[in-house]
Amino acid sequence: MAETSVPKLTVEVGTKAPVGASSAAAPALIETKDLSLYYGQAKALKEISMTIKEKNVTAFIGPSGCGKSTFLRCFNRMNDLIDHVKITGDVKIAGHDIYGPDVDVIELRKRVGMVFQKSNPFPKTIYENIAYGLRLHGTKNKSDLDEVVEKSLRGAALWDEVKDRLHSSALGLSGGQQQRLCIARAIAIKPEVILMDEPASALDPIATAKVEDLILDLKKEFTIVIVTHNMQQAARISDYTAFFYIGELIEYDVTSKIFTNPSKKQTEDYVTGRFG
Amino acid sequence: MDTQTPMLHFNGEAPVGKDFKTQGFNFWSFFFSGLTGLATMLILAMLAIILFNITLNGAPGLSWRFLTSSADQDMFDVNKAGVLPMVVGTSIRVILMTIFVIPVGVITAIYLTEYAHSTSIWTRVIRGAVNNLAGVPSIVFGLFGLGFFIGFLGSHIDDNILQSAEPKWGKPAILWASMTLAVMTLPVVIVATEESLKAIPQGLREASLALGATKLETIIKIVLPQAMPGILTGGILSVSRAAGEVAPILFTGAAYYMASYPKALTDQFMDLGYHVFILSTQSPNIEQTRPILYATVLALLILTFALNIVAILVRAKMRRNMRLLGH
Amino acid sequence: MGLHRGHKARPLEWLAEKFIFLVASSAILIVFLIFLFVVREALPIFLGKMDSSSLQEMVSVEQMEKMKPAELQKLLDLTPKEYTELDKETIKILMEVKIEEIKAAPKDKDADKNTTDWRYMLMPYQWTNYDKPEYIWQPISQVHKYNIMPLLIGSLKTTIVALLFAVPVSLGAAIYVSQLASPRLKEWLKPTIELLAGIPSVVMGFFALIVMASVLKSVFGYESRLNALVAGIALGLAIIPVVFSIAEDALTSVPRAYTQAALALGSSRWQAAWQIVLPAALPGVFAAVVLGFGRAIGETMIVLMASGNASIVSGSIFDSTRTMTATIAAELAEAVFGGHHYRILFMLGTILFVVTFLSNLLGDVIIHKLKHKMEGKH
Repeated sequence: MAETSVPKLTVEVGTKAPVGASSAAAPALIETKDLSLYYGQAKALKEISMTIKEKNVTAFIGPSGCGKSTFLRCFNRMNDLIDHVKITGDVKIAGHDIYGPDVDVIELRKRVGMVFQKSNPFPKTIYENIAYGLRLHGTKNKSDLDEVVEKSLRGAALWDEVKDRLHSSALGLSGGQQQRLCIARAIAIKPEVILMDEPASALDPIATAKVEDLILDLKKEFTIVIVTHNMQQAARISDYTAFFYIGELIEYDVTSKIFTNPSKKQTEDYVTGRFG
Repeated sequence: MDTQTPMLHFNGEAPVGKDFKTQGFNFWSFFFSGLTGLATMLILAMLAIILFNITLNGAPGLSWRFLTSSADQDMFDVNKAGVLPMVVGTSIRVILMTIFVIPVGVITAIYLTEYAHSTSIWTRVIRGAVNNLAGVPSIVFGLFGLGFFIGFLGSHIDDNILQSAEPKWGKPAILWASMTLAVMTLPVVIVATEESLKAIPQGLREASLALGATKLETIIKIVLPQAMPGILTGGILSVSRAAGEVAPILFTGAAYYMASYPKALTDQFMDLGYHVFILSTQSPNIEQTRPILYATVLALLILTFALNIVAILVRAKMRRNMRLLGH
Repeated sequence: MGLHRGHKARPLEWLAEKFIFLVASSAILIVFLIFLFVVREALPIFLGKMDSSSLQEMVSVEQMEKMKPAELQKLLDLTPKEYTELDKETIKILMEVKIEEIKAAPKDKDADKNTTDWRYMLMPYQWTNYDKPEYIWQPISQVHKYNIMPLLIGSLKTTIVALLFAVPVSLGAAIYVSQLASPRLKEWLKPTIELLAGIPSVVMGFFALIVMASVLKSVFGYESRLNALVAGIALGLAIIPVVFSIAEDALTSVPRAYTQAALALGSSRWQAAWQIVLPAALPGVFAAVVLGFGRAIGETMIVLMASGNASIVSGSIFDSTRTMTATIAAELAEAVFGGHHYRILFMLGTILFVVTFLSNLLGDVIIHKLKHKMEGKH
């Protein structure tokens, strides 16, 4: 992994105590059971059952169109925005069925944040981008806002670069900085899970390295699920890896095993580059 | 045929393009291309002629005094005529109109872009209704204003709510004229607003929703502020169109001469366009009226044209900004 | 995790959504209302319930007093409501006025005809003092003549002149701007041509009346200064932005791949445009013409000011003419509220509404189908 100059600060965004090393003994935070998704008649996800461990980085890999982004979006119910989507099976986060009839999707999305493939900062100032989520959920006091904005930007390793221009437009930042701003925006509201949909695919190698370092830091506080088409990235930063192929979960295991000694032939073919 | 280099023969026949020299002057292509260019120039020329003719003939009469005084002395004397009451009348009715048309138009556009399912029948019916509204002749709007606003709403208010013997609301009034125009320009606002809403990248909405905002919050805090230039364009375009329309106000409130400015919603009003119409068709001495007529037309044209150009510039700038956003 | 508040936790959101839906549906309501209220006033004519004949028989006061209330009310040209509101004195006065009226009415053999009957509205008829059957629109007269043919012909004449002028010019310009002009030129040509749409129709009518009429008269040397030609050309100028805009959009939407393929085979830009692009864009161009037609036939101020307003039936474009729209605009103010003239004018309005509704529907359906085809391809 490339050495970078991003200072490794302890992330204190949450009020949780710093957690110990990620390990197989960590509790399961997200559990899916026989999750299937249909776009109209077409079955995009086929009975996927898996568990995501708390405060670990879990990577979803697989060729384009295999459903990994679709699966990711089930966790914060962003698929609800698409017409003609049907979901069967269970998704439980911290024991609660998130597709239950009386679940408030808005509350869910406060606890399960998302960073998108194409960075999408609001056309507002850097400060306002982060304050937006805070204001939505009740924070009004200026000094409280200032404090959280600074903490989030530090947590996203962006503070030093932008501390002198908090009130300039976010659109003036570089691509990599914009993506880190989006990460800061997501962690500002203290979610428990951060979903990342190919967060570095639109970035140059140096910006990518910065984001990867950031993820390693963030996992001390947050549970991270990341979709990536870059296998080397998955190998670098994730603790667990799930391999998907045409809507099915083929293999899910500790990262080192997936990449050095996979159980299924399909997995081996994919990680050694024979297809995809 | 003369060739410098040996050419491939297909089946022993000469190839279509004999050599690389020009085939000579293709007359018909040039002719027809020229015709289309002429057609374009014809349109531009007509536009220029109309604008120049009106400006040249109207400018001499268009003094500050003309614009700011009223014509209560002699309507037909170019030195004494004034169009202030008409300007006031037109302005008031246009302002009243925007109060009605902008909220309804923007909300309808929001429904069509943000909430409606593109395949539902009801959505298609709404869209069809908006399109048809755009095509209804202006005189039919005048009939509607007369039949519905005055003949139904107005007389209903008079008979049942006010119980007055004299028609108060059930007669031509600036309120009804404005509402008729609001109905008429509704499609303009809807289309302009929809255009600007559609230009906002979906990623912004998703980012807001992913942070736990509701759909309404996303629309109010993120989408609408971004769409402001488009809404503004729609508003300006509707104002520009409404200021120049005469047919819908013929029976719903325009008057040739009023002794005072419209003070109540039930008053009638004077109007620039209507004045042009009356002067053009009912002047006792057209030669004498010419200068005033031209000046009035120029005043009207400046009003509508200037607004139109402002709207186009705002829209062009908005499109450029959208491209810079890159999304 | 505290997720369970559900739908009911956000009533404001739900309310707002319903409100927005309601407002949006008002567009449908408005179209429906327009149709309803215009047709409502015209309905008696459509159903043949109006009677514009004037009685010839002398009716004495004694006979009137013996009449049933309903008959008397009809004789005196009152609505049932008005009749019940008037007192005996006023009714007596009205009876006497009526007797005077009947005495004074000229003995016209056609006075007892119900001229709002369809037969008189559509077919030619030989009225008193005319030597052959004619189509006459003359509401203001002893015998009200309501034949709508002159008006229909007038509307069609001016619209056809407008289309004959505007369509070739707009289409030519659309081909030029879309296919032949350089991109830089195109960028300012399109908005400039569309600027023509910013000229209000009353200004266009004014220009036609004051300037164009004299110019055209000196060029062609015909009799009436204001006629179908003048109105038609001014109308054409008014619809050029509409036809140009839609035709240009249709031409530009044709995939550039077609043009490039044609050019690669050695055709000139004109040949590519005429032989490949135009046929591909034909539905859109057709829609442009249909929408232009709708716009032209519904236009009021231009024809009111520049067509001469003579309701005659004539095939020549050099003759003065009268359109349906101008008729409504000119005569509604003088028509008795609720009377037959009033209702026939609303009937004309209904015809206009239906014609433009249908032509707009046709134009939109074609454009809609075109969009689908285009989206299906890519």
